[in-house]
Amino acid sequence: MRILNASGCLDALAAPEVARELDAFVTKTVTPLPREGSAPPRIAETAQGMLNAIGLANPGRERFLGEHLPRLHELGVSLWVSVGGFCADDYAETCSRLADIEAIELNLSCPNVDEAAHSAAEIVSACRRATELPLYAKLSAAHPDVADVARAVAAAGADGLSLINTLRAVALDKELRPVLARGSGGLSGPALKPIALYAVGVCQEATGLPIVGMGGIQNGRDALEFAACGARDVALGTVLFADPGAPARVRAELATACADAAVATPDDARTLAKSPETERKVPA
Amino acid sequence: MQSSGWPSRHRVTASERLGPYTLLRLERGGVEPGVPGQFFMLEAPGRLLPRPFSVCLAPPGELAFLVDVVGPGTEAIASVERGDELAIFGPLGNGYRLDVERPLLVGGGIGIAPLPYLTEQLGGSPPVVLGFRSGKHAEAAALLPGAEVVVDPVLVTELIEPGFDVMACGPEPMLRAVAAMCPEAQLAWEAPMACGYGACYGCVVEIDGALKRLCLEGPVLDAAGVHTAPEKAVA
Repeated sequence: MRILNASGCLDALAAPEVARELDAFVTKTVTPLPREGSAPPRIAETAQGMLNAIGLANPGRERFLGEHLPRLHELGVSLWVSVGGFCADDYAETCSRLADIEAIELNLSCPNVDEAAHSAAEIVSACRRATELPLYAKLSAAHPDVADVARAVAAAGADGLSLINTLRAVALDKELRPVLARGSGGLSGPALKPIALYAVGVCQEATGLPIVGMGGIQNGRDALEFAACGARDVALGTVLFADPGAPARVRAELATACADAAVATPDDARTLAKSPETERKVPA
Repeated sequence: MQSSGWPSRHRVTASERLGPYTLLRLERGGVEPGVPGQFFMLEAPGRLLPRPFSVCLAPPGELAFLVDVVGPGTEAIASVERGDELAIFGPLGNGYRLDVERPLLVGGGIGIAPLPYLTEQLGGSPPVVLGFRSGKHAEAAALLPGAEVVVDPVLVTELIEPGFDVMACGPEPMLRAVAAMCPEAQLAWEAPMACGYGACYGCVVEIDGALKRLCLEGPVLDAAGVHTAPEKAVA
């Protein structure tokens, strides 16, 4: 099991020593044009969670490719580039310009943009024609049937899935007004974990694709639970804010959690979970 | 990331009340206090996210932070007791430039927090002016003996005389007023901040016409570069 960061939860150029502790670094989502992002306040703490409305702030495709990506390569960390856009051509054009990276993650699920995106499968299909790099589709668990979306993007040529993105939510201040200037934001943190485990389980069953599981992972035991539900790898998001040492810590805890669960590796947790005695206890 | 190393756990050696504020003293361990105006992220026990605090005092072997309870996170931090351990991470961000000729320290309310350590690092006895919303709040002025203190409705900005290199920390309206009077002033801002090291993109403020992360660009900024101020900090 490899440990990545959730897109948008780490700036490898600002904190290279944190990025180097990851098995791969996932960039913040890159859109065709620069985006300044949402007005502040952009974040709020909630019960067992955090809201953000960053709004895909990023330097835009040209500056990312010309300035940021070369500097990221110098870090010597495996790179995933998160690609965003507002139509299939946006995504495909960026994909066609990427090379020498490990994988592309297609952000099909940002809760903080208003522009309507094309359907997930259509975007994946366009990107598939534009690149031979591995394509991971990052999906939202807000869809009534996320496994259905997973099947569609798999048929369109996705090589893997990233599950899940934040969920749209609102927090109010003392005067009962939204804390975030944008009004709503994306909910992350431990509150998401049960939702993410479910999505990982049903999407793995539906597609058999490799999955990067994320959503509220705080420790090694959480990571092992994602493995038990079918995630091959995991990504850390909100936990990085409180603990930039989380990648190494979670990796160490994962070994202990495996021993406690009497499995040799995280992958064996899936096998155990799918064994006849325990199968009915896990999703999908 | 400007900090050396990861968050580390430190024993609380004292928790003192100063009016409505709490001065938390921690064993320093191997952590450097940094430059005045830099900040640390302090674990808020039982909460998901840490909270940012500038260094208030840094006597040998110790770090002290001044806490104003404004919500559940700061309440959790102010409630820790002697002997408890707290994870801290820092020093982070950019502090005050200390190469000034005629420093004048200006603090508003909890904005007094970085000034005791700043006074010590500047050496000598720079003049300090402080403003508080009430006499109770003004008890925090005990941290800076000799400071000139005013209480609402008198504004601390009324005590600023021309010809000084102003180094200020306080609420947004005060900082805006100081910036208008002294374009050369160094101002310490605050903003909602989940991480303190550039990861969350939550703490942006408009600096030189663009939204930039306060944790990396600040929290101390030149008055001339700031056009819109950060919003209130995460409670």
